[in-house]
Amino acid sequence: MTTPILTLTIDGKEVSGLATETILQVARENGFSIPTLCWLEGLTSVGSCRLCMVELRGSTALHPACITLIQEGMTVTTSSERLLRYRRAIIELLFSERNHACAVCVVNGHCELQSLAQQLGLDHISFPGLYPALPVDASHSRFVMDHNRCILCTRCVRVCSEIEGAHTWDVKDRGIRSRIVADLDTPWGDSTTCTGCGKCVHVCPTGALFEKGKSVAEMFKKPPALPYLKATRAQEV
Amino acid sequence: MHREKIDRIITEHRQFLDQFNHHVFVCSGLGCPRNDEIRRALERAVQTQHLQDAVLIRKVGCMGLCSAGPLVLIQPQELMYQGVQPEDAEEIIASLGKSPIQRLLLPADLAFFTRQHKNVLRLSGRIDPESLPDYLVAGGYQALLKTLATLQPPDILRSIQDSGLRGRGGAGYPTGLKWATVAKAQGSPKYLICNADEGDPGAFMDRSLLESTPHAILEGMIMAAYAVGASQGFIYIRAEYPLAVQRLKRVIRDAEQNNLLGHSICGSNLNFHIQIRLGAGAFVCGEETALIRSIEGKRGLPRPRPPYPAEKGLWGCPTLINNVETYANIPPLITHGPEWCANLGTDKSRGTKVFALTGRVRHTGLIEVPMGMRLREIVDDIGGGLTEGHTLKAVQTGGPSGGCIPAALLDTPVSYESLNELGSIMGSGGMIVIDETSSMVDIVTYFMAFCRDESCGKCTPCRVGTAQIHNLLIKFQNHRATMADLEMLEWLCDLLKNTSLCGLGQSAPNPVLSALRFFRREFLDCIATEQAHEEVKP
Ligand SMILES: Cc1cc2nc3c(=O)[nH]c(=O)nc-3n(C[C@H](O)[C@H](O)[C@H](O)COP(=O)(O)O)c2cc1C
Ligand code: SF4
Ligand code: SF4
Ligand code: SF4
Ligand code: FES
Ligand code: FES
Repeated sequence: MTTPILTLTIDGKEVSGLATETILQVARENGFSIPTLCWLEGLTSVGSCRLCMVELRGSTALHPACITLIQEGMTVTTSSERLLRYRRAIIELLFSERNHACAVCVVNGHCELQSLAQQLGLDHISFPGLYPALPVDASHSRFVMDHNRCILCTRCVRVCSEIEGAHTWDVKDRGIRSRIVADLDTPWGDSTTCTGCGKCVHVCPTGALFEKGKSVAEMFKKPPALPYLKATRAQEV
Repeated sequence: MHREKIDRIITEHRQFLDQFNHHVFVCSGLGCPRNDEIRRALERAVQTQHLQDAVLIRKVGCMGLCSAGPLVLIQPQELMYQGVQPEDAEEIIASLGKSPIQRLLLPADLAFFTRQHKNVLRLSGRIDPESLPDYLVAGGYQALLKTLATLQPPDILRSIQDSGLRGRGGAGYPTGLKWATVAKAQGSPKYLICNADEGDPGAFMDRSLLESTPHAILEGMIMAAYAVGASQGFIYIRAEYPLAVQRLKRVIRDAEQNNLLGHSICGSNLNFHIQIRLGAGAFVCGEETALIRSIEGKRGLPRPRPPYPAEKGLWGCPTLINNVETYANIPPLITHGPEWCANLGTDKSRGTKVFALTGRVRHTGLIEVPMGMRLREIVDDIGGGLTEGHTLKAVQTGGPSGGCIPAALLDTPVSYESLNELGSIMGSGGMIVIDETSSMVDIVTYFMAFCRDESCGKCTPCRVGTAQIHNLLIKFQNHRATMADLEMLEWLCDLLKNTSLCGLGQSAPNPVLSALRFFRREFLDCIATEQAHEEVKP
């Protein structure tokens, strides 16, 4: 069976896409930029950061572009004053949740959260900082997990489970107390499942996961070619 | 063949019941204290007074007026005794057939009972929850037998659609439409889920239904399975409801042994099995997609819809998920026909609704009223008005997803639409009466603390937003807020409503927004600066 090709309008431009594609995919293919944080090509989409929300004609609700499939005749707006206001506020909430002192962060200049804030023109945070007292886990011989910089996008959880197959990471507790944990909440260095492949470090959009002994200038992320890895593995099976 | 067996059980049990001159019903719900002791004391009294052949002591489900509990009902005289203690047992048994004990007697014409319209609660407090013969004698499983013998799935789907029944779990989605979607959905097997998670603070409708008439829930589920073509059902129930769980286990076994559940039910070609799944008590696990993940053995996190469970639910298969009370509505609806339900209630909100009436009213407990009844009737008549010396301030409906209706709007009819218009919701049926001594700021702070603690933490607006809103509300409570805080509060509420992933975050601001709409003054009074008082001046 062939996948139907659908036509839709994005920001006034007529575009087409496969029925299996999401608004985000089709928008990016056509040169529209929609900000994302939790989404990463090659990992399952969870629709959790809520940054990629777009407007659809005929619906007052907002829809996450990363997980919403396109439909015939759909009319999408990817940026409007309303959307920008919400996106800025979501970034602000992320900055207020934990400690993001960019000036002293290992990925200063290479951080997705930071660049999104810049792109959206954020120069201060209006919400009061919650500043929870969180630990830094430096028990692994090569990597460090700094909970103060984690935005709970769960990219590390998904890459480790879906691509590396180790499922070292998961989330414990809920709500504002949510925390990324290795195995059953053991120090990363004691993890019996971690293979040390480093994929989680390189998909992490912030300075929460980083390599030891690298200077700020060196510590930029090199996300592995996940779609390629996934495709080749699928062939092997 | 099967019919005969059922009929034989009914005849024998009726004969047994008819032997006794008096039936003494004792509440056996979790809501009434010491009711086990009372039952044993009554049984002892029957023995010491040598009335074993004349008096039958029976444990039954909740009779509704829990605030006057423990309740004891004497049949056939229909005498209701309140606040019964084990020490009253001898006297109660001795008075049978003579004049009633005035000190314990509830007036027979109490508006609490006469103004209600019992449909799903009609057998609650009248039968032994765990007894299949009791349920059968009361007419139970007749709707199922009728369905299997004379109706085809499309007939049931049509009846449910014609009745206008809407889901009782909160959102009020048309039940018939949901069933028809699952029936049409491609994919097999199809699953069926009964959502018995009931996490709203102060709500105990579903628990009470499960404790009082568990067979009726099974019957509704079996009929639903037949209508949509499901072969496996799950009851997702929180582990904090041990009595309901124990009774469910018992009735599932009894139904299986009597071929009302399992392979070729009642000799038909319907195969349907039910399993119980215990939830650990997370509010978010009542949200359907989180609940489904939880049954699958994963962390209970909601996911964006579509696809809806009707299309892709449990293990990716079409799944029907309904609330306990929704299933409880099915047998009476099939028995009496769709018009019967359609004729009750309002145009768009049909039938009856069970509420857990609590707060500052004289009579609290479990009630069932036709939709469209005015709130005033519920509070003043059924609830008996406010407790001595207090005045009504508001009625909170819908729990942490709902809002408050101020005293001035008490003539609002209780329907999905009218409550929505006022920024509240019917929700699952929590109804809290608030008097002048309570501060609205305190109440909404409580609900926001609940949502903050119960947020699953998956999406940013809800995870961080509920914590921020709660901190702001604490500032109001401490009279340290500013006008800027009020603005930020409203902005955060708007943000959560519009950008959260699931209903928990989307509706968490409702109590705050509703309080700001009707009781703004109380928030302004919590603002510390001179500025506030200036800005309020017209
Ligand atoms: C946070 C949250 C909690 C919920 N909790 C319950 C619940 O405890 N019981 C319930 O029946 N529905 C609950 N719901 C609604 C369910 O998601 C779903 O709509 C309902 O079970 C469908 O059944 P109905 O159509 O019969 O109402 C909840 C929804 C949300 C968003
Ligand atoms: S280094 Fe590799 S195996 Fe270890 S936690 Fe990260 S992704 Fe998983
Ligand atoms: S550690 Fe990094 S990748 Fe993992 S959840 Fe936190 S921010 Fe996302
Ligand atoms: S709205 Fe709240 S409960 Fe729902 S997915 Fe988001 S964080 Fe979880
Ligand atoms: S990128 Fe779509 S919700 Fe995060
Ligand atoms: S629990 Fe006993 S009357 Fe409600």
